[in-house]
Amino acid sequence: MATFQLEFVSPEKLLLSRPVEMASLPAAEGEMGVLPGHAPMIVALRGGVISVQEGGQTTERLFVAGGFAEVTPTRVTILADDATPVAQLSRADAEARIAECEAALAAAQDGTPEKRDAAMDRLLSARAMLEAAEAA
Amino acid sequence: MASLKSLRMRINSVKSTRKITQAMKMVAAAKLRRAQSRAEAARPYAERMERMLASLGTAVAGQPDAPRLLVGTGGDAVHLLVVISGDRGLAGAFNTNVGRFARARIRELESHGKTVKILAVGRKGATYLKREFASRFVGEMSFAGKKVVGFEDATEVAAKVTELLDQGAFDVCSLVYNRFRNVISQVPTAQQMIPAALPEAGDDAPAAGPQALYEYEPAEDQILAALLPQNLAVQIYRAILETSAGFYGSQMTAMDNATRNAGEMINKLTLNYNRTRQANITRELIEIISGAEAL
Repeated sequence: MATFQLEFVSPEKLLLSRPVEMASLPAAEGEMGVLPGHAPMIVALRGGVISVQEGGQTTERLFVAGGFAEVTPTRVTILADDATPVAQLSRADAEARIAECEAALAAAQDGTPEKRDAAMDRLLSARAMLEAAEAA
Repeated sequence: MASLKSLRMRINSVKSTRKITQAMKMVAAAKLRRAQSRAEAARPYAERMERMLASLGTAVAGQPDAPRLLVGTGGDAVHLLVVISGDRGLAGAFNTNVGRFARARIRELESHGKTVKILAVGRKGATYLKREFASRFVGEMSFAGKKVVGFEDATEVAAKVTELLDQGAFDVCSLVYNRFRNVISQVPTAQQMIPAALPEAGDDAPAAGPQALYEYEPAEDQILAALLPQNLAVQIYRAILETSAGFYGSQMTAMDNATRNAGEMINKLTLNYNRTRQANITRELIEIISGAEAL
């Protein structure tokens, strides 16, 4: 089956770079599956799970808290702060994060709309983390 | 002439100094290697970020409501300098160089009637600039307690800069740091961050062709609004990494010189010591002989 190059980079290092058959990304406006030959796109990612398929099977499931992806017909580049394999997610961590984000959101209530939105986004991403942790 | 005992003590003390500088040199060399590989590892992200930004920036830059991080406030009256230096000394002229460069730049800007504000990252540069420009300081940050400076630390600096921008505290922001050219040469550089210096469309016209075909989700300006603060952090992160690599490079060179100087000093002192010892023996002999002759 045809493949494309999937690159996963964090600011600190190149996490992953190998040919895969399909990747599904948590794009800002909904889940998005990418196959080779996809039209060029730049998308923002929300918190969610990126799953990678090779040889007809899902070989990798990574949780990202947000980031960006550049899609071209032959390559997908994901820029994310950090990626955790779903198996390593823990419920307790996710819950702690949610509590933290809720507090931040409450504190941002009086702030500018941008600040509130940013806090809201972080909360949603933390909730996605909990969901992913429970599903794993 | 110094006594034999005091010379012996001098020699020993210089010898132990040499041992210390030699050890520091070796530690710096090891840390330099690590810092360099970290800087290398950070490159792919920065490159891809730049590529995305180039295609987005050209799409949005012309619009009247383009984000401030990209186009600035439109003014040119208040300059913010983010000065990045090392947290420790004993690295030759490394910190002084960036400090001196920043000072020259501040003087130049002020002679043109601009207001200058300083955000100092790194302890040494902060103390250097404080002596003269304490009233211009808007903030001071240091990662002295940390073993490894990570991306979160750069994000913190970027958040501070964004906050100042939101308050309208400055119009133009640039980064002053030691660019790492190679192990023995670090060049103090000023790099403008806000308004963002985008690659000119004319420069890479062939590259701009296919880039224009990108679809965006969500819309360009929304992605850009999320991407720009990240880009700011990436630029700062890169500067911090280069500073840390440059710091160790500079420290290694400085310690190498110190070790060599100590070696020379030991040779000179040893020569002096032997001469004095011989002179003492000769003098004693003369005393004995002349004493015997007098009998």
